[in-house]
Formats: sequence, C-alpha cells, structure tokens
Amino acid sequence: MSAAVAEAPAATRVHYLNADYGVKSWLLTTDHKRIALLYLGTITLMFFVGGTMAVIMRMHLIDPAGALVQPATYNKLFTMHGIIMIFFFLIPSIPAVLGNFLVPMMIGARDLAFPRINLLSWYIFIVGASLALYSLVAGGVDTGWTFYTPYSSTYSNTHVIPMALGVFIAGFTSILTGLNFIVTIHKMRAPGLTWFRMPLFLWAMYATSLIMILGTPVVAITIFLVGLERLLRVGIFDPALGGDPLLFQHLFWFYSHPAVYIMILPGMGVVSELVTCFSRKKIFGYSFVAFSSMAIAVISFLVWGHHMFVSGQSIYAGLIFSLLSFLVGIPYAIKVFNWTATLHQGSISYEAPMLYALGFIGLFTMGGLTGLFLASLATDVHLNGTYFIVAHFHYIMVGGAVMAYMGGIHFWWPKITGRLYPDLWARLAAAIIFIGFNLTFFPQFMLGYLGMPRRYATYPAEFQVLNVMSSAGATILGIGYLIPLVYLFWSMRYGPIAPPNPWRAKGLEWQTPSPPPTQNFDVTPVVTEEAYSYGPPEAAREAAHG
Amino acid sequence: MELLNPNAIGGLLAQAVPRWPGFPLHPVRASTIAEGVDDLHFFLTAITLFFTFIIFTVIFYFMVRYRRRSADEQPPETITNMALELTWTLVPTALCVVVFVWSSSLYFQNSRAPNASMEIFVIGKQWMWHLQHPEGVREIDELHVPVGVPVKLTMTSQDVIHDFYVPAFRVKKDVLPGRYTSIWFQATRTGRFHFFCTQYCGTGHAVMIGWVYVMTPDDYAAWLAGGTRGETMTQAGERLFHQYGCVTCHVAEGSGRGPSLVGQFGKPQKLRDGETLLVDEAFLRRAITQPNSMPIPNYAPVMPSFQGQLSEEQILQLIAYVKSLAQEERKGTGQ
Repeated sequence: MSAAVAEAPAATRVHYLNADYGVKSWLLTTDHKRIALLYLGTITLMFFVGGTMAVIMRMHLIDPAGALVQPATYNKLFTMHGIIMIFFFLIPSIPAVLGNFLVPMMIGARDLAFPRINLLSWYIFIVGASLALYSLVAGGVDTGWTFYTPYSSTYSNTHVIPMALGVFIAGFTSILTGLNFIVTIHKMRAPGLTWFRMPLFLWAMYATSLIMILGTPVVAITIFLVGLERLLRVGIFDPALGGDPLLFQHLFWFYSHPAVYIMILPGMGVVSELVTCFSRKKIFGYSFVAFSSMAIAVISFLVWGHHMFVSGQSIYAGLIFSLLSFLVGIPYAIKVFNWTATLHQGSISYEAPMLYALGFIGLFTMGGLTGLFLASLATDVHLNGTYFIVAHFHYIMVGGAVMAYMGGIHFWWPKITGRLYPDLWARLAAAIIFIGFNLTFFPQFMLGYLGMPRRYATYPAEFQVLNVMSSAGATILGIGYLIPLVYLFWSMRYGPIAPPNPWRAKGLEWQTPSPPPTQNFDVTPVVTEEAYSYGPPEAAREAAHG
Repeated sequence: MELLNPNAIGGLLAQAVPRWPGFPLHPVRASTIAEGVDDLHFFLTAITLFFTFIIFTVIFYFMVRYRRRSADEQPPETITNMALELTWTLVPTALCVVVFVWSSSLYFQNSRAPNASMEIFVIGKQWMWHLQHPEGVREIDELHVPVGVPVKLTMTSQDVIHDFYVPAFRVKKDVLPGRYTSIWFQATRTGRFHFFCTQYCGTGHAVMIGWVYVMTPDDYAAWLAGGTRGETMTQAGERLFHQYGCVTCHVAEGSGRGPSLVGQFGKPQKLRDGETLLVDEAFLRRAITQPNSMPIPNYAPVMPSFQGQLSEEQILQLIAYVKSLAQEERKGTGQ
C-alpha cells in the first residue's frame, strides 16, 4: 500500500468532523461522511421509536385479553412498528449510513459520484420520515405495514394518506442512493482496484443498489395507486369499484420481497469484512460469495408469489414460486459455509464486532433454514399468517440485518468518530442482545406451529406461556439495545483516541487517519493486491511462488 | 421396513413430544391431511436441527481451536477448494429438490376436494363468520360438521380480505371480496377445534374466531334436525329466482331471452370472444354481477347487473339453485 498514514493526533489535525462547525455546515454539507452521520442520527431516532412500539406490544401480549391498550391501538402499534422499522430504519440502515461512509473510502475516492444528489436524498428521507411521524402523532395508521387492499384503500378510517405519501417519498431516497452507488462503483475505483479486488461489502452494496433502483419504483407506484383509490375512488384494487385485490399483493410483493434482500445483502457484506479481519484470513471462496450476492439480486425478483400461497392465486403459479424460493436459498447457504470455512486455521479474536458477526451467522442460519418451511407449499398453508412467519422474518431482519448493522457500526466506529468505545461493555451488549433476541423470537416459532395467528390484539389462553416468554425476552433485548446507545454516545466525547487502524484491518478505509480528512485520502491510493490479503507478507508469498 | 415408512417417523416423533397442559408443543391433529403435513414439518425440522448443529459445532470448534494466541500470529493463506464449494452448493440443492417434490405433491393432493363433499358456504365480514349449510341451517362463528365426511367450504367476503384457518386441520385460505375460494377437509376425530381469521382485517381481527364442532354422523343429523331451519339454500335460491324476475328470461325450456340454466352447471360455456369458461361458482357470480362482461353467443346482452342488489348470501343461494337444476337434469337423463 502506498498511502502513508498521517501520524498527527486527531485533536490538532484537520479532519472531516472539525473542518467546519455549526448547524449550517452540517445541513448544507455534501461530504458523504457527514451525510452518513446525518442518516445515522435520523435512523437511530426511528429505530428507538419503532422499538418502543415493539416493547409496548410485547407488554400488552402478556395477558391473553390484552394487558395495556385497546385492540385498535394495538393494530396501530404493529402497523407503525413495521412501517418505521422497514422503510425508515432497515432499508436505509447499512446502505445509507455505512454504505455512504464507506463506498467512497473503500474504493479510494474523494466522495460519491453525485454529492449533491446524496444530500438531496437525505432531505427527501427527512420529508418522508416527517410525514410518517406526522401520521403517527395525528392518530396513527392501522393497515399493517403491508397496506393490503381493499382494507387500506376503502375500509380503514385512519391516517393512511400521509403515511402512504411518506413511504412513497422515502422511496426516492433508495432510488437516488442506489443510483449514486452504482455510478460510483463503476467509475471511481482507485487505480488497480479491479472488480475482483473489491471488498465483498462493495459487491453487496452493488447488488443492493440494483434491487433498489429496479424495485423501489414499483412499490412507490403501488402505494400511490392505493392513495388514488382512497381519495378519488378510482377502481384499481377494490372489487366493489371493479378492481382486483390480488393485483395489489402482486405489485406490493414484487418490491417488498426483494426489499428483504435490500435489508440482508448489505449485512452479508459487513459480515464478510468482519469475519476476515478478526480471523486474519482471506475470505474462503471470494468469487462464490461475490456471485452469490448477484444471484440473490436476480432471483429475488422472481419469488414474490411465495407470500401468496394461500391468497387464492393459481396453484400452478404457487408451484413455480415455491421452486424458485428454494433456489434463492442456495446462495445463502453458500455464504454461510464460506464464512465458516474462513475461520478454519485462522487467528480468531473476539472483539465486539466479531461477536456480532458470529451472532449474525448463527441467527441467520436459523432464519434461513426456517424459510424452507415457508417455501414449501404444504407446510406454508399451515404456517402462513401465523407467528411462525413473525419469528422467521425477525430472525432474518433483526437476528441478521440488525446484528450485522451493529457489528458494522462497532467495527467502523473508530474510523467514523476517531474514538474507541469500551470493548467490555460492547461485548456484554452483544451477548445480551443475542440472548434476548432468542428468548423473544424462538418461542414465536412454536406459537406459529401451534396455530397462533399474527396481528392479534387478544388471543386464546392456550398460547399464553409462550407469549410471556417472548415478552420477557423483549425486555432483555430492549436493554441490550440501550447499552450501546449509552457507551457509543459517551465514547464520542470521552473515548480514547483511535489509531488509524485499530483492528489491523485491510481495506483502503484503514489506510487513512481516523477520522479521515475531508478529502478522504491525502494521496490517491493505488491498489496492488486482492481484498483481505491478511496472509503472509507479500515478500514471503512472492518468494514462495518463485 | 416399517421404520423406514416416513409416516411412521412423524408418528413416533409426535408421540415423543411431551404434552404439558397449558404448554402444548404440538397442535392437535384432526383431519386426514394433518398427518402428511406434520411428517413434512418434522422432516424440515430435522434438516434445520441437523444443519444448525453442524454449523454451530464447527464454528465453536474453530473458535476454540483457532483462537488468537499471540498478537503477531500469522495464519496460513486461505486456499480455495472447488470440490468443497461444489459439495455445499449441490447437497443443499438436492435436499431442496427433494423437499420441493414431496411438498408440492402433498399440496396438490390436499388442494383437490373429493367430488362427494358436503358443501358449506362461508361469508366473512368485519368481524364475524357467517356459515350456511345446504339444508338451510345458518351459523355464526360456529361450524358443525360430521366426522369422516369430506366437507368443502366455498368462501367469499362481504368487505375486506379475511382468511379461514383451522390449525387442527392444517387448512387455510384467504377469503376475498368479489370472488370464491375454497378449502376442504375431512375430520378424523370428534371434538371442538378453533378456527381463526388469519388475514388482518381491521379493529376486530382478533375476535373473528370461532369453533368447528366435529360430531358423529348421528349427532350431526340430530343437531341438523334440531336447528331452527328455514328454507334450504336451493329453496331460497328458487324464491329469489322468481322474485328478481330471472325466470322471465331464463326459461327452463330455452325459449326465453336468456339461455336456459337447466343442466348448465359444471359444463364448459363458450363466450362471444371465443373464450371458453367452465360454468362454476365464479362464473355464475360474474354472470349475475357483471353480465355484460361475458356476452354469450346467440343471446343479446340485455341482462341488467345485479351488483349491489343481491347480498353475497343471496348470490350463493341463487348459485345453489342453479346447481340443483343441473342435478335435476342429470337425474332426468339417467332414468
């Protein structure tokens, strides 16, 4: 690596955080690193809003008759929890925060291809999020995050329009961010950084961006049509107006299934970085991991019908969707096996980011395998619409995507802030989150198999024991998420100064000081080796190869 | 050899699962299809446990075996191993194909209702279930059926999408406004089993639940006789057929302005645009609510739409009547 590491202490050196001060310098910034922090603040707020709702729901469900709120309120809680967590936390989480910060740094560029569009997408996100929060304060929405028609378009008398508009507008954030990443990765890679030398995080961001720009317009239009039917009574989805309710489900899932991969693919990219760094090994099967991301991006558009096995769609369509859904599982299996094999003969250490990565692999494995029950037609008929589904997608989205996001935040925190956090607290939090998560969601697999439907404000008494277990777990999980909030905030001011490369990681982002200067690199780096060259020093390797 | 029978494995596992009151681990099994679904479920559970165990064990082993012992430790270079990559690509693929074939054949088998099924009409509305027996007995949030008899539910919704789910029978299907969906089951034991709405339908979604009472055929006959019975579905349909003037055009002899409906049900019908449709419940529903969307050759498209004039229940009664006309004809030709 040719880039020299500046040794001046962060306090005296000019970097992106102290280059300028004041609210205006943040709100008008076009620096991708600052925009990443704007997103970080916004989505952290959304995460705790959505999380608070989850806690209220779990407390409510301690009692079969409902312990806390009215059924109508409960319905609004799970709706808002879903909308906020999916559209305003998970979808932007890794791409908009870590992707924004890291894509230019990992390819050795000064910024994204379109810095102003990048800032614009944050403002669009703020408008969307504000509308969502307005809808919440105005009285909430009770359609379920899935907005199924004709309930959402005709029957619900809650604040559907501002919420739909919020989701519609926030969609443009995804489209613009995806566009920005694709152009940046194509055009702005540093000299020597060929496609197959790119870190796998970039492959994952590339695949995610493709899904974002191809899928998001479809859901945006679909939500728009719901608004049109609701406001102007144009018959699109409501049979009473001559519409087709299943058409909505096809359009909605055409995006919303790939959206699952928007949430999980970036997490897989993060885990590939963490596993290699903390076992000091090159990834096992680089091209298999890279191409499995691309395979997922393509196949993800062909499996939406597996959400509709009991909806009344043709059983022959169900057959095709079932087969394709099994196939989309294979690239995931490949990734899990490759991460595991990477550990073989490694030099493994267990700092907090690695604990999150290992937690991710475990929980994701369980989430993925339980997906087989739902891809399979005969068992899906029994499990569809029950808590089994709830457990399955939380294993993927919380056990998978959120664990990876937390791991990534902990991994790059010293780079982002220039400070170290207390590792002991971080490890403790990772362990609490892992335990709390399993206690919350494992009983829900059993509830679903027993037949408890999801989205029930009250439930028959025979389901109570498992519900109480799940609620107890949610308390632990909630505490687990609060601890990092405290020590990460604390570290920004009081944490020890971070060295440029505290984990001795490879990758261009570690070749520049922490926090990086505004232009990222003082000298444009030149890449001379493959990603994750943790092996023996180059000289020794060249000697070995003769 | 008996141990290798996949059905036996499910049964053994089911018996091995402890049953604690208030904390069941296994849902009650009360239909002919439940066992097949459970066997597949157990097989998938076994796959899940097996792979989870393998991956967790290997990771834990590596974590301990290859923990970092000194800061400047230098692990050997990662080698690529194509044979290994192909193995862990092809083995899961093969397993998936096995599960796919098993599951899909089971699903197809479970999708087809036997011809001799007893037919019950189900109307979902916010937030109650309205069920009607062919003999005219109506129930709300309760369904009485005889054990050992295949029962077919023909379902529609009056408002939003609902879903009819009986966990003990392992059957479920969405109930949509504007069209008919159906499920069938054959209960294998008497008792009382929950049914749930599993498609979120608004404020009262969680109370849109009820009970299926599975009775011995004798008890069922007694229950049916004891109920307050009005007209049968067919009688009600016949009354409506006259009341709404259908009879003035759909003359039985075929000399009216509309086609005769005798013997039409279950047969293919050619439309003016050349398309041929089977005359089933969905066909008749569309013919009643949107007749102009399906003009029939040799007849002027003069039939008015009855959309909004007839309730979902009345449409079902008319369909039952048209069906009975088909049966009358069959009886007639058979003699």
